[in-house]
Amino acid sequence: MIHSLFLINCSGDIFLEKHWKSVVSQSVCDYFFEAQEKAIDVENVPPVISTPHHYLISIYRDKIFFVSVIQTEVPPLFVIEFLHRVADTFQDYFGECSETAIKDNVVIVYELLEEMLDNGFPLATESNILKELIKPPTILRSVVNSITGSSNVGDTLPTGQLSNIPWRRAGVKYTNNEAYFDVIEEIDAIIDKSGSTVFAEIQGVIDSCIKLSGMPDLSLSFMNPRLLDDVSFHPCIRFKRWESERVLSFIPPDGNFRLISYRVSSQNLVAIPVYVKHMISFKENTSSGRFDVTIGPKQNMGKTVEGVVMTVHMPKAVLNMNLTATQGSYTFDPVTKVLTWDVGKITPQKLPNLKGMVNLQSGAPKPEENPSLNIQFKIQQLAISGLKVNRLDMYGEKYKPFKGVKYITKAGKFQVRT
Amino acid sequence: MTDSKYFTTTKKGEIFELKAELNSDKKEKKKEAVKKVIASMTVGKDVSALFPDVVNCMQTDNLELKKLVYLYLMNYAKSQPDMAIMAVNTFVKDCEDPNPLIRALAVRTMGCIRVDKITEYLCEPLRKCLKDEDPYVRKTAAVCVAKLHDINAQLVEDQGFLDTLKDLISDSNPMVVANAVAALSEIAESHPSSNLLDLNPQSINKLLTALNECTEWGQIFILDCLANYMPKDDREAQSICERVTPRLSHANSAVVLSAVKVLMKFMEMLSKDLDYYGTLLKKLAPPLVTLLSAEPELQYVALRNINLIVQKRPEILKHEMKVFFVKYNDPIYVKLEKLDIMIRLASQANIAQVLAELKEYATEVDVDFVRKAVRAIGRCAIKVEQSAERCVSTLLDLIQTKVNYVVQEAIVVIKDIFRKYPNKYESVIATLCENLDSLDEPEARAAMIWIVGEYAERIDNADELLESFLEGFHDESTQVQLQLLTAIVKLFLKKPTETQELVQQVLSLATQDSDNPDLRDRGYIYWRLLSTDPVAAKEVVLAEKPLISEETDLIEPTLLDELICYIGTLASVYHKPPSAFVEGSRGVVHKGLPPRTGSIESPESPDTAPAGGPAADQPAVIPTQGDLLGDLLNLDLGPPVSGPPMATSTVQMGAVDLLGGGLDTLIGGSGSFTAAPSTTAATNVGAALGSGLGDLFDLTGGVGTLSGSYVAPKTVWLPAMKAKGLEISGTFSRQVGSISMDLVLTNKALQVMSDFAIQFNRNSFGLAPAAPLQVHAPLAPNQSVEISLPLNTVGSVMKMDPLNNLQVAVKNNIDVFYFSTLYPLHILFVEDGKMERQMFLATWKDIPNENETQFQIKDCSLSADAVSSKLQGSNIFTIAKRNVEGQDMLYQSLKLTNGIWVLAELRIQPSNPSFMLSLKCRAPEVSQYIYQAYETILKN
Repeated sequence: MIHSLFLINCSGDIFLEKHWKSVVSQSVCDYFFEAQEKAIDVENVPPVISTPHHYLISIYRDKIFFVSVIQTEVPPLFVIEFLHRVADTFQDYFGECSETAIKDNVVIVYELLEEMLDNGFPLATESNILKELIKPPTILRSVVNSITGSSNVGDTLPTGQLSNIPWRRAGVKYTNNEAYFDVIEEIDAIIDKSGSTVFAEIQGVIDSCIKLSGMPDLSLSFMNPRLLDDVSFHPCIRFKRWESERVLSFIPPDGNFRLISYRVSSQNLVAIPVYVKHMISFKENTSSGRFDVTIGPKQNMGKTVEGVVMTVHMPKAVLNMNLTATQGSYTFDPVTKVLTWDVGKITPQKLPNLKGMVNLQSGAPKPEENPSLNIQFKIQQLAISGLKVNRLDMYGEKYKPFKGVKYITKAGKFQVRT
Repeated sequence: MTDSKYFTTTKKGEIFELKAELNSDKKEKKKEAVKKVIASMTVGKDVSALFPDVVNCMQTDNLELKKLVYLYLMNYAKSQPDMAIMAVNTFVKDCEDPNPLIRALAVRTMGCIRVDKITEYLCEPLRKCLKDEDPYVRKTAAVCVAKLHDINAQLVEDQGFLDTLKDLISDSNPMVVANAVAALSEIAESHPSSNLLDLNPQSINKLLTALNECTEWGQIFILDCLANYMPKDDREAQSICERVTPRLSHANSAVVLSAVKVLMKFMEMLSKDLDYYGTLLKKLAPPLVTLLSAEPELQYVALRNINLIVQKRPEILKHEMKVFFVKYNDPIYVKLEKLDIMIRLASQANIAQVLAELKEYATEVDVDFVRKAVRAIGRCAIKVEQSAERCVSTLLDLIQTKVNYVVQEAIVVIKDIFRKYPNKYESVIATLCENLDSLDEPEARAAMIWIVGEYAERIDNADELLESFLEGFHDESTQVQLQLLTAIVKLFLKKPTETQELVQQVLSLATQDSDNPDLRDRGYIYWRLLSTDPVAAKEVVLAEKPLISEETDLIEPTLLDELICYIGTLASVYHKPPSAFVEGSRGVVHKGLPPRTGSIESPESPDTAPAGGPAADQPAVIPTQGDLLGDLLNLDLGPPVSGPPMATSTVQMGAVDLLGGGLDTLIGGSGSFTAAPSTTAATNVGAALGSGLGDLFDLTGGVGTLSGSYVAPKTVWLPAMKAKGLEISGTFSRQVGSISMDLVLTNKALQVMSDFAIQFNRNSFGLAPAAPLQVHAPLAPNQSVEISLPLNTVGSVMKMDPLNNLQVAVKNNIDVFYFSTLYPLHILFVEDGKMERQMFLATWKDIPNENETQFQIKDCSLSADAVSSKLQGSNIFTIAKRNVEGQDMLYQSLKLTNGIWVLAELRIQPSNPSFMLSLKCRAPEVSQYIYQAYETILKN
């Protein structure tokens, strides 16, 4: 099981270590640093590294490496999932998962880690339970604590810990009872040179914010549940009901959580909302090139495509770019060679265009590779797969909750090859 | 108001200040001080000097303060064991606290303090907590047992905690069950032999119930535990699968992968005709694909596992090719894995898409990735014949780009394509030759030289090309040098007139100026060949080459089956069995896929055959324990053992663990066997003589077996159905002090068999072949050959169950087959087994009576003398004979090859056909087999 955890920042300082069994010397991280050096780019550090006596399994989140040390055969996914959960918890508690936030709250961090893992076995990882055990820091509470001398550690057993619904605490009370669902869909796609779709799928999630008193039992039904054939559920969902009736029936955790995530992959269902016309070429003899890109909307069901941003990793030989944008603004970072064009909203009457000259390093050979265009966009009030919530019913409690559903479609890993 | 303030006081004298604050009367000040101490501890500062002061703060009602002190204790107790004792009382008291949170906390912390003196005090509170009324405390205590076991395993066993832990598996609370399973699994890992997790249908049912209700982490533990269970038939397997399938929709990817493991394993038991089998296959695809949309680290692990799954059951993901397409901003480790899987999934149906993608990748930035993509194009050409042409033209396009590493990589793969499809694409050679100068990597240079040599007759200036390489001969790497030597010899044999000078030059370079023995040897061989018989040289050097196999990089099927059992673990990431890399895994239990034991399958199906005949007399075909399986990854059996493992899986599966470390020697043996045809002549004679002699004795055996012991008739050991047409029957015999295995090999297949070799697994008496298996001519269809294989007893020894079990691997040009047989013990009775009378008496008395075993030999109507002479033939010697009250008492002795003496007393009543046999031996476990030997000898 998980033996130790080291938190390492980008400059290679170990700023926190925690051991759940015997102490493992920091020097074990040298193997990690070695791999990090080899990988050049921080994102390319392999997640599983073997050392003579241990295995290092790491994740990279928010500019911090979470490096765990294990000694015996352990499912690596288990460790990786757990590390992500640790990062999520920090995020949840401190609002951000950064080196400063962790250092500022080091005692709470330690208490949390101790509570999350016992002898390498996960103990309490649900944020609802943790928050009952260790209260998150707020300015008000620290003032109150310093006056009254009380602590931020709960001294009673968390109620949900052992019940059949460990994700919910008892005695929840709200004056305004609300239940919100955000249906968020991200389109992952690869579009090839000629504009045809090589690969496209939708990664959807339903994130919920539930503030309901007592023990509400909810069921959420869809107009077209057939779309959902590959779904991952939050543990609260009753699988049997879904299998038989295609209804999401559950007692929700309190607060924000991810209800389901799903994938829609059949090509005909995945509409591609934008198209890109591009002309990028390099000339060897003049050490220059041309760049001309136009973005236009398509198949967006009458909604506006907004928040469009295009990023391009230009080849190394590119020194600078002189472009004019008909809409939005662009920047080119000559160090990282990243071109960013912030387009904003697309109006079909006047398509945004960016064109101009590319300056290449003189004498260098013409770049072989053509850069891929990475596109981001947002469409409000639309789930591109067509998924629609039908109704939400509540049982078990008497009050009338306020209900809301929001749809949004975004670009995920949306790439256009040139 | 943040905690960073605790880090600021770094000036000298800090410890004193802290000490003062810790001893302050004010609670608040105390707490602040402890926080400062903890903060210093986290960054690795030594604050152990404050130990007594911190421990003093322990007795408090404030839970936070208590927790902080506990944190401190865990860190420093090891270095201050004497001081830590001071804390024991508080711990014991806290274990009785009315608040379950405090009880659990106390027992948890105590388990973390790795000090022997403290663990002694831990036992009592732990016992109470394991039976606590509050499940939270019980579940914490369960983990604590694992901790304690880690510190002092003996103590845990002595105190009977393991049994209590086992009881917790039936606890009413699913969380407790999950933690008990987790703790037991961890303990079992360091105790491979103990049957801690002894699963039966009842406990499985409990686990399955708990599975639905416990936390995600608990589900992982339970699923991993379930994967070790072996259902008794396909119905049970199916019902478990049905209850595990919902886990595939879990949000936690580790749960999903563990569920996949269980399903992949139990699926093996389901019949393929079952509707459910098809449903299950369909259900497996979506969750696997979903894993690929997670964070890159998760993707990586998922991809490594998918790689295994795709090899085992390609049908699951065959329609999902597109999800493996690479995105340009994937981390490199994800890209490389995706590429691998793309090639595995490539088929005629999707090859166009795949090629278009690969071509796209070949223009990417990352050099490693580009290389692999180019190589992948070549592999597609070899795998999908219909696409070869398109692949070659794609490769030519890439060569036109003139990007150095792309060109080199392309040439290396084109060489392979030439070998797969000879005389088809040679038109491209001209294009390749244009790029000769740009090649700077040895592999590419060697490939190019090979191409020039192989097709010398079609390249007008082949001699010039090769000559240009020759100039810097000594600067080349060995690979290139060897290739150049061969290529020039080829060239010479094809165009002898113009190249004589060249060949002499290269031969002298290789033989006289080189330090490399390989190169020198190859040079000499060529030289001699050319000088003695150029025609023979032509036959050797220009011989037809075997086609290269389609899938050279597939994991060996037995290893693959083992790895399938380890889906989701480190083993699956490294594609090695855990024994090959996990530290301290002494005698890890090897896992194998369950054989298909259908209860409803039709008996005609060949898959069910093992349930019948052979399985019955091979009860111990699958030894579960053993450090047998060496690093199979390094195995490289001479002729490729490729081809889809599906059809034969039941046969091979049974033998998964049979592959002893001894297989290395099998390969060694077969290697020398094929490589040295000239030296075998001498031994041939010997072997032939041996078998002739054997036959002779067989004839006389019936008359008076004075010099040879009893030989049982041959029985079928390996039915043709299980060995792709090779049938093996045989028996064991002992003649004049030498043991032999008399075999009849029958070819019932439609193709000729050759390259036979045999190897035994380690066994109780160290039986091993004394000579390689000699089959003189290839075995034609429907022919059989009799062979007598001499055996010795100097092989490595491992106790088998049953004792006389012998596991045998036989290899031929088709495959490797495994079977096991029981050998009669009397072949091990040595000729000098006669004991002196006095010695006999002394020994009889000396061996304790517990070691005496009695048997009855029924229905034997021989007289005492006949018995005596019959047994003598098999080296059981009568030392004395007495007549007591009308009974004949025979006192006999025998000795086994490993020096074990066995003394026997045989009581014969003239009127009664049942004899009483008493055996005394210092190793009583052999007695039963001696009795069996007696019985066989006397009754035949």
